[in-house]
Amino acid sequence: MRTFISSVYIFLYAPIALVVLFSFNAGRSASEFTGFSTAWYGKALGNTFLVSALQNSLMIAFTSATLAAIFGTMAALGMERLAPRNRAIFDALFAAAIVVPGVVIGIATLVALVAVFSFVNPALATIWPGDQPPQFGLGYGSIIAAHGLFSMALVTMIVKARIASLGRDIVEASSDLYATPLTTFRLIVLPQILPSILAGFLLAFTFSFDDFIIAFFVAGSKTTLPIYVFASIRRGVTPEINAIATLVLVASLLLILTARILMRDKKPKSGE
Amino acid sequence: MPMATNTKRNLVTAALVAPAAAWLMIFLVLPFIAMLVFAFGERAPEGGYQAAFTFAQFARLPTRAAAFWNTMVLAPVGALVCLLVAYPVAYYLAVKSDPRYRLILVSLVVVPFWTSLLVRTYAWMYILGSRGIPNLLSMIGLEDVRLLNTPGAVLLGIVYGYLPLMIMPIYVSLEKLDRRLLEASADLGARPVSTFFGVTLPLSLPGVMTGVALVTILLLGEYLIPQLLGGGKVFFIGNALVDLFLQSRNWPFGSAIAVTLVAVVVVILMVAMRIAFRVAGTRQVDLV
Repeated sequence: MRTFISSVYIFLYAPIALVVLFSFNAGRSASEFTGFSTAWYGKALGNTFLVSALQNSLMIAFTSATLAAIFGTMAALGMERLAPRNRAIFDALFAAAIVVPGVVIGIATLVALVAVFSFVNPALATIWPGDQPPQFGLGYGSIIAAHGLFSMALVTMIVKARIASLGRDIVEASSDLYATPLTTFRLIVLPQILPSILAGFLLAFTFSFDDFIIAFFVAGSKTTLPIYVFASIRRGVTPEINAIATLVLVASLLLILTARILMRDKKPKSGE
Repeated sequence: MPMATNTKRNLVTAALVAPAAAWLMIFLVLPFIAMLVFAFGERAPEGGYQAAFTFAQFARLPTRAAAFWNTMVLAPVGALVCLLVAYPVAYYLAVKSDPRYRLILVSLVVVPFWTSLLVRTYAWMYILGSRGIPNLLSMIGLEDVRLLNTPGAVLLGIVYGYLPLMIMPIYVSLEKLDRRLLEASADLGARPVSTFFGVTLPLSLPGVMTGVALVTILLLGEYLIPQLLGGGKVFFIGNALVDLFLQSRNWPFGSAIAVTLVAVVVVILMVAMRIAFRVAGTRQVDLV
């Protein structure tokens, strides 16, 4: 049993470790380590296409995760005040947002946005007073919207679980002591759910930063880091990609570990 | 409660859920309706969509039978292999592992799930590619071994990518298992093997069902793994969809395939939930 478990952990981590190791390889070889070097990192960071793709990804991940954290938390707070029937509708829609494969989300968003644009853009052109009416198109906005959908469902799920485990009595005590609902929220509820909100934000950020397939459909002419990496892989495996991959790994590792620490209850419960 | 307070309470509730409701409507419900409409349309001569009402797109589904076949075989087989590897790991973590290290060991399983699937799949492309293992094999005299771009490589990538997602729900259901049941079974003279098959396994079935359903559903929409490790030879529905939308621009046919895919997902979900409900109450699954 022990041997089997150990080999599964090796199976999970050895491929990643190999990519990290060879990102420090001095030579180009994929099977022979010819000396330690950080040259590939310098080369990767000197690549302007890569750096701008990275900036796009960070901006998209930050915006979609922020919107998801705010609206998702609001939804989690509001949902428990809803009638059971309306709550069930929300639950079903959020579950759909999580479980529908990304490729379908990407296609559906693409199709809907293009249909809406083909209707809105000509209409806008006829009523626009100036010469150059604004043209809506695919780009940052559509990626943020599609990522925000999954992320919001994720944040709502996490924050709702936290709210459900909160003690009702302390909230009731607060209102018995004549605190306004807003004061109760600010002083009692918010501090207790804040770690889950932050964890939700970090997971949403990680999801958006790592997503390839949804962005692939709705990015239009814009490039995110995963799209750039995918395109470079298709052109051939190089040590430079190992360096980029390592940077991506380290970034998501830090995010997910922080999220897990935030989500830990005071009494460590391993089911998280 | 006075009327005014009630109205105010409802207004606050509406304000809280409004942004999420709008987002769900505009970016989930509306897109699905649009996709459904497109699926009954025709391809415009220059590509894209032309309004129509026809079942022609659905009638053409058999032309992509290979993609459906590959997906419908490799997704369940992949999920099954995942399950065979995942169950002992989940069992060890929940029942046998030292509680002091449990949290760390569980974290080590969860973390890969949240790191880029693209990078993790690329790692295998690197290992299986001609300069990886085949290169090492040629040093010991085994020439021309091809590992990349085979169904085996895709299966390996699937197991690697989705193992964490299979381990987690099984672990959760085993962790919540009441230990007294195991003791009772032992006290009544059952051997460990019969306790496992009579008590532990049936009680962990909801977790198993959740894991199998989740992994199968996500695999049905997989694109990256067959693309990078199958090299266009092992084609999934996801690859057909990318081809139809981004290369040949046949949106109505692509929409029809996507609608069919969603229908399959819904059927799998319903069957899984049926079984899970029958075996025991449902459980919340933590993905984190």
